[in-house]
Amino acid sequence: MGLLSDPNRRRALIGMLTRMPVDWLVRTMQARGLEVYTQRFSRKLPFPDEDKERYMVKGTNVYGILRAPRAPRTEALVLSAPCSPGNENNQAVGILLGLAQYFRSQIYWAKDIIFLVNEHDLIGMQAWLEGYHHTNTTGMDWSPLQGRGGSIQAALSLELSSDVVTSLDLVLEGLNGQLPNLDLANLFYAFCQKIGVLCTTQGKLPRNDWDTTSGYSHAVQTMMLMVLKQASSRPWGDHGLFLRYHIEAASIKGVNSFRPYKTDATTVGRLLEGMYRKLNNLLERLHQSYFFYLMPSLTRFVSIGYYMPAFGLLALILLLRALDLWVQLSSPPTRTTEDGVEVVPASPGVLSILTPLVISHLTGVALYTLPVLSQELAVEHFPVSETEAVVLTAIAIYTAGLALPHNTHRLLAGEGTEQGWKVLKLVAVLYLAVLLGCTALINFSLGFILALTLVPLAAFITPHVPKTLSAVVMVILSPGLTLLFAVFFFQELQETPVTLQEGWMLYLSVISQGILDHALYGSLLYPLAALLVYPCWLLFWNILFWK
Amino acid sequence: MAAPLALLLIVAVTIRAALFRTSLANLISERVEVVSPLNAWKRVVEGLALLDLDISPYSGDVFHETPMVIYLFHFLMDYAEITFMGAGVKFSSLHLVSQFRKQKFALEADRIPMDCLELIRSPTEMYYIPLKVAMFYLLNPFTIVSCVAKCTCGLNNAVIALFILSTMRGSALLSAIFLALATYQSIYPLTLCVPALLYLLQRLYIPVNVRRSSFWFYTLQYLFMFLGSLLVLICLSFFLLGSWDFLPAVYGFILSVPDLTPNIGLFWYFFAEMFDHFRLFFLCVFQINVFFYTLPLSIKLKEHPVFLIFMQIALIAIFKSYPTVGDLSLYMAFLPVWNHLYRFLRNIFLVSCVLLACSALFPVLWHLWIYAGSANSNFYYAITLLFSVAQILLVSDYFYAFLRREHHLTNGLYLKKKDGSEATLVLK
Repeated sequence: MGLLSDPNRRRALIGMLTRMPVDWLVRTMQARGLEVYTQRFSRKLPFPDEDKERYMVKGTNVYGILRAPRAPRTEALVLSAPCSPGNENNQAVGILLGLAQYFRSQIYWAKDIIFLVNEHDLIGMQAWLEGYHHTNTTGMDWSPLQGRGGSIQAALSLELSSDVVTSLDLVLEGLNGQLPNLDLANLFYAFCQKIGVLCTTQGKLPRNDWDTTSGYSHAVQTMMLMVLKQASSRPWGDHGLFLRYHIEAASIKGVNSFRPYKTDATTVGRLLEGMYRKLNNLLERLHQSYFFYLMPSLTRFVSIGYYMPAFGLLALILLLRALDLWVQLSSPPTRTTEDGVEVVPASPGVLSILTPLVISHLTGVALYTLPVLSQELAVEHFPVSETEAVVLTAIAIYTAGLALPHNTHRLLAGEGTEQGWKVLKLVAVLYLAVLLGCTALINFSLGFILALTLVPLAAFITPHVPKTLSAVVMVILSPGLTLLFAVFFFQELQETPVTLQEGWMLYLSVISQGILDHALYGSLLYPLAALLVYPCWLLFWNILFWK
Repeated sequence: MAAPLALLLIVAVTIRAALFRTSLANLISERVEVVSPLNAWKRVVEGLALLDLDISPYSGDVFHETPMVIYLFHFLMDYAEITFMGAGVKFSSLHLVSQFRKQKFALEADRIPMDCLELIRSPTEMYYIPLKVAMFYLLNPFTIVSCVAKCTCGLNNAVIALFILSTMRGSALLSAIFLALATYQSIYPLTLCVPALLYLLQRLYIPVNVRRSSFWFYTLQYLFMFLGSLLVLICLSFFLLGSWDFLPAVYGFILSVPDLTPNIGLFWYFFAEMFDHFRLFFLCVFQINVFFYTLPLSIKLKEHPVFLIFMQIALIAIFKSYPTVGDLSLYMAFLPVWNHLYRFLRNIFLVSCVLLACSALFPVLWHLWIYAGSANSNFYYAITLLFSVAQILLVSDYFYAFLRREHHLTNGLYLKKKDGSEATLVLK
């Protein structure tokens, strides 16, 4: 009672139990003949995450380098296992150490192998990668790495929670929707088949009846899961952060479900050893196969040549609408001296559309900066925690933006003309087209989902459609609610459907994760949505309520 | 007129000053679309550092600016930001461009059929053109990023603007001096010699006829002034630095294109994959391409030298060896002067959309090529090509509109065929 009643001592005890055993790891790795180094890092979170419940995250990464016996130290491979508290991933480090011991006695290694155990999952991985590549893009504080191994050619990240597995799940989606080369996935799958281990993607078992309706719908569901995961722009495994440095990486998750045929740790070890031998034999980085693909199953993929035209046709709708508006604007004989769509608005007549543009973008900037900045203020006045304050402020600003058109019209005098809304719509439609095009090039799934919801909106909104019905449709198709539906859909696809209440809590946590990902790793979803997509949607909202 | 101009200047300077203070300034000054090996600020600083150490700034193939620029910045190092903003402001004082239009109006008024009156611009319309030109230049995002990156093409633009101003005023000596300065900086403004000459001849009512001695007399005078100033500048540079190093480093660099860093021009990709055997041939072809259009255009536009200046500047900006967006903003600033051609433009929507989309796609494809590794140089060059094609389409569209307006001015606006039905114009 004495020990646990004092909150400080309680926290220290829990910290001791859940912190990474750095010294033990260092000793064990050294005993296996690796060159061991540690890296300390600390990061101040913009707001305390639900799991962490504190602002400052401190940790240590431990890594051991197995030097190739006769090769120059120019290339390296990485095998990483996250060290999480509790029973999550408690076997991964064991396999890693076992492999280290086995690898040490082999003579065929041509590249250095780095065995990395990172603390706090992605935060530790980010610190290690930044230290390794001497960049500092996210403002983290880390101690410099004492030992290096040359340029990293490929990396695999292990997540194992039990020592027997029934299948291995391959996770490919990385930060900002970036994917490793398809060759890496094919390599892993082919080798799993050879060894006889079941390999899955998105946690769904593969089926052979892909030409029946149910088989087809299963494949579509698997692909939709990949699309949703890619669109979220977050790294779905520790490998996700390697991709930014041009390093092909994938995460391997061991799944232990209720199937009769189980694979033991030795087979998993053989599998990983085989993978590393294959990667060791590579003469150049994997770059020959596709970087842009969607996988309905591990044996089939949809390449960019198939899915981009679908997006192109959606963007074409916007361009045709823009052309139509242009022709309408140019044809009447008594037109104003507008220069149409130049890079800079020229004559003072076009100044009236500048106001909705500026106000929408200012709202976007407010949505981007205010939630994190005003969490102190919100916590003082309302009985919420900081995370809830940030998320609820974001939702509040988002909804407050809906009230805008009714106010901006009172500020501007004499702008309610037919020409005015057409010019605004022309600008908004072209802006949306360019925005969606750029987004689809970087993260196709995000661009496609946004296009699916925003293009019908953009094409049909005029001030003359029935207002209440269109307002409801517009709100349903807005980016915020698209995210809500996506959350429910994602849970359905993963065969763990949630109730409305749980779904709402999940939605709030997704928003907070999005903001946190942007601050910690540089994920582009939150700034894109707040600074570019939301103002664009607000422009269409303005057009709907044009007087 | 003064108040809106002053307001515009304050807004422009505020935007640039605000951007200078953010971290975006560093990001922008490294973009290849904004700076090129010829005019990057980083290289100017390198050159200044070498000069301070008493080593020739041209050693090491880093610095490719002329000696006058390096001495200018030697004294203005601490005021670099103000210098660039001042260059932008000076450009906007090009309000005397409207002068030539009034003159033209007076010349043409008696030759025009009655139904073309709507084609002629009234003085009230023309009153706002200088303000529009200033706005187009100062608030153009291309100019803003070019200024924030401290790219010296802002200075080049200011010199060309002064040249145009002095030509419009009719002062041949000043025009020759500024043209010499512009040519000394980068070789391509040499082609502006012809339109300047045509304008000055027209202003003095000397007909352009090779048999007349007055034509030859004036031409030789102008060329003598121009070549003389150029020679003076080159000799001055020699005396400033004490060696002829700058000739291969500046002019040799511009003409032989050794640095193949990607930019928004057309040279880099071609020469990256060129075999050495053919390099000289293609180099000559590409460089002649810039100068080649002078002769046919001057023959066609010999009565409209100001439009010829615009066309030449545009062609230089598209076809030069290391273009940047600052060069683009120079000719785009002149678009409001030809506002009256708007009704004859056929492709303006397509061109604007393509230019807008390409400007957005440049950083995206650069990121995909260099950082993500998913794309390669072909993607980036595709956008470069599209950008150049859009600019060429813009220039040729304006040319068509100009010729069509001239045709209407001489032949009437509503053309009829011999049997009285409405005729259509076809450009052959």
